[in-house]
Amino acid sequence: MAEDDKSTETSAPAASGRKVRLEIRRQDAPDKPRTRRWEEFEVDYLPRMNVISALMQIQKNPVTVDGKEVAPVAWESSCLEEVCGACTMVINGRVRQSCSALVDVIAPKGQTIVLEPMRKFPLVRDLVVDRSRMFESLKRVKAWVEIDGTHALGAGPRQSQEDQEALYPLSRCMTCGCCLEACPQYGEQSEFVGAAALNQVRLFNSHPTGKLQKSQRLETVMGPGGVADCGKAQNCVEVCPVKIPLVDSIQHVARDTSKRLLFGWLLG
Amino acid sequence: MARTDAVRSERGRVRRVIVVGGGLAGLMTVIKLCEANVPVLLVSLVPVKRSNSVCAQGGINASVNTKGEGDSPRIHLEETVYGGDFLANQPLVKGMAEAAPGIVELCDRMGVAFNRTPEGLLDFRRFGGSLFHRTAFAGATTGQQLLYALDEQVRRFETADVVDDKGVGVPGEKMVHKLELWDFLGVVRDDNGVAVGIVAQDLRTMRIKAYAGDAVCLATGGSGLVFGRSTNSVICTGTAASAVYQQGAIYANGEFVQVHPTAIPGADKLRLISESARGEGGRVWVPKDAKDKRLPTSIPEKERDYFLERMYPGYGNLVSRDIASRALFQVAFHEGRGIFNAETGENEREVYLDLTHLDRGTLAKKLSGILEIYEKFVGEDPYTQPMRVFPAVHYSMGGLWVDYEADSAGNIVVGSPRNQATNIPGLYAVGEVDYQYHGANRLGANSLLSCLYGGSITGPAVASYREALARSAFDLPGSVFEKAEAAEQEKFDGLLSQNQDAKDAENPFLLHQELGETLLRDCTIERHNDRLVEVLGKLDQLDERLGRSKLSDQSLRMNQSAQFLRHLGNMLVLARVIAQGALNRDECRGAHFKPELEEQGRDDENWLRTTLAVHEERGEVKYIREFDYECAGKPVHVTDAVDTSLVKPRPRRYEQAGAASAEAAKKAES
Repeated sequence: MAEDDKSTETSAPAASGRKVRLEIRRQDAPDKPRTRRWEEFEVDYLPRMNVISALMQIQKNPVTVDGKEVAPVAWESSCLEEVCGACTMVINGRVRQSCSALVDVIAPKGQTIVLEPMRKFPLVRDLVVDRSRMFESLKRVKAWVEIDGTHALGAGPRQSQEDQEALYPLSRCMTCGCCLEACPQYGEQSEFVGAAALNQVRLFNSHPTGKLQKSQRLETVMGPGGVADCGKAQNCVEVCPVKIPLVDSIQHVARDTSKRLLFGWLLG
Repeated sequence: MARTDAVRSERGRVRRVIVVGGGLAGLMTVIKLCEANVPVLLVSLVPVKRSNSVCAQGGINASVNTKGEGDSPRIHLEETVYGGDFLANQPLVKGMAEAAPGIVELCDRMGVAFNRTPEGLLDFRRFGGSLFHRTAFAGATTGQQLLYALDEQVRRFETADVVDDKGVGVPGEKMVHKLELWDFLGVVRDDNGVAVGIVAQDLRTMRIKAYAGDAVCLATGGSGLVFGRSTNSVICTGTAASAVYQQGAIYANGEFVQVHPTAIPGADKLRLISESARGEGGRVWVPKDAKDKRLPTSIPEKERDYFLERMYPGYGNLVSRDIASRALFQVAFHEGRGIFNAETGENEREVYLDLTHLDRGTLAKKLSGILEIYEKFVGEDPYTQPMRVFPAVHYSMGGLWVDYEADSAGNIVVGSPRNQATNIPGLYAVGEVDYQYHGANRLGANSLLSCLYGGSITGPAVASYREALARSAFDLPGSVFEKAEAAEQEKFDGLLSQNQDAKDAENPFLLHQELGETLLRDCTIERHNDRLVEVLGKLDQLDERLGRSKLSDQSLRMNQSAQFLRHLGNMLVLARVIAQGALNRDECRGAHFKPELEEQGRDDENWLRTTLAVHEERGEVKYIREFDYECAGKPVHVTDAVDTSLVKPRPRRYEQAGAASAEAAKKAES
């Protein structure tokens, strides 16, 4: 873009001599528990840098602080602006997206940044875990509007601004898994579907067309692993990166399932 | 099809078609196929819900005319064609503009949380290159919301049973079978060159496997990563498009790459600040005094240069993107009037994008998605401080050449197997990976629309193609697939083992950085022929160094370095198509701008035509003017002529309000 090579925008941002230290939990594969280890890296500090750009620097020079040449760290990422949910990991003990983890904020005094994979999902490698169970849960709770088809059937139902403003925040769930990582009830040993899926039940049961399947959807979370398994720890709402009112959503669904349990036989 | 069952093969396998890519275009194609009772194998690099469509922010165009401004599909067509500097084939744009209101209604029915008017109707806002409120939106995360709605509908089909011709359910088989976190390596072709499947790699186990498909559709998005950093997701390397280009698919208009005027520079990514910020009233400015040290909020109105409004009074801050980016570059780079940095005593490249004069509540309801991004990544409050932005590579107008069929009135024949077909029989392409909706410059909020419209005509096209097939891919001998699988396996093993003992081996991630810096500097907003010749020389050198690169990871478990090395090789191939195409095209049109040819401008006599690139061998691109291909058994002759039968080409003059459409001019007068 620039006519001279001095353009700061086209070339990689300049380093200042300051370093950033990372301690990373690694494991080569789930069936290789002996490879579980910590490795430390030091990379250049860059203005406005995040954890992703630190990991990118490791790819360009995969050498630990001990001078050992290693394989670059595996991690998942896509959009890098906190709308896709891919790059979720545990950073300094807290689950969150690594793209929005700015070094200036999480390590203002040059503290070591500790990266670990989420623990509630099966490990794939290093910082990558398999979150496919979350997508299976979306099937279970029928997280969709049951349209008759994509042919022309005119406009959708009218909605008040108030209703749109209530539904939009619920619809921003990225299926990132933060709420499940923080949930004491959720895990490989438990059937609990967790906050993300329950919020989808509320979302679609609140939509003017979605609610036409309300009772079917409620039934998917009335048995084992359903809404009654919530332990009310309220950790989910604390860690949700898009601030979905998850506790409200769970209460909402719990109320509706109770009603259905008590009066369902009357309603048919 | 001459066989016993259209759904189930003799050996009991379900005859599927393959869709690669799970963004908006891919998912729409899948839904249309399922509705036509065609089972699908959906292959995606990431879980489809994490596709790049989530990055689209501002909205989707549809001339619903809710505001009573006299908007219509005709004006939408005219403004789109004008914005694209007359390089788009007009029947497709017409089809898209006419289908747009229905597409937005469909999304509404699917439950997309679009913003509303007080009457409960969909709200619309203004976007670039238009004077009308034509853009429906869901906050400022419209792409995410649309993607989620389609993802949900596809998930329904993931739970729907496949039913054979006799109406009998096929046990364990669902209409959509997904392979997520799989990398596309290439198409499998039979002896006649017909695409009969794909070879892909599971990115967790690194297993390479061929899959049969009665047709293959690529919906794999753009290639922003060729420029190093862009507004695209990091998965947008263009690797799939490059792979099939190297297998013989023609690549069209590669040189047309959109640079978006307003993004936030970052070390890992250039984050977009949507045009909707200006659509809602945001203004772009720099201080009149280039050395003004004051905080932006302390600089009085009359000491600010609102240069877009000054230069293009007709459209102001909403002038088309190519023009806005050039103006920003002119002011901030050539004139050195970017924001003054008192610490360094120099002017930055950035300019102000100011929303601080707008009502906080309205901003929160309509733009919170992008304002959060600015707040999170810059650490400043865009409600009270003007944002600092700079242009960034954003969208590939070019892509795989695809066909269409229109009747004599210029209406697309929906259901024709020619729609969205590449020149490789059985291979389709749709979405940003195709080339055909946006000409030389895309209008804002047309990308989500082109993905959905493209998908809605690709599904029926593929279904027709499959219907006319003489022989199903599922009745071919297994050896066809084994051979393709073995060839890809050999390539992959080669990547893992190459140069392991070399001392001066290259690191692919560093090579990518060099590639990005070269293209970003010399192949974006301004292009000089002498520089482009140097770029091609640099690409030769990078190609050679790629051959000397080595992987520091030998693992067969989620080996991202090996995957990246493969993508890098493919990116270098596309980079050449882009740079060589830019060098050849001696004119200025839309996003393609050569300062040396500014006076001459657009050259319709010589260059009102589609660039058609053919892969010769590594390092060689051949450009052709015409070719023949076969679609559903019928020969088709194709030339590089652009269909301009609906809107006559004329010079672009965004200085005048309403210049983009005759109808719009009437609005500007009233």
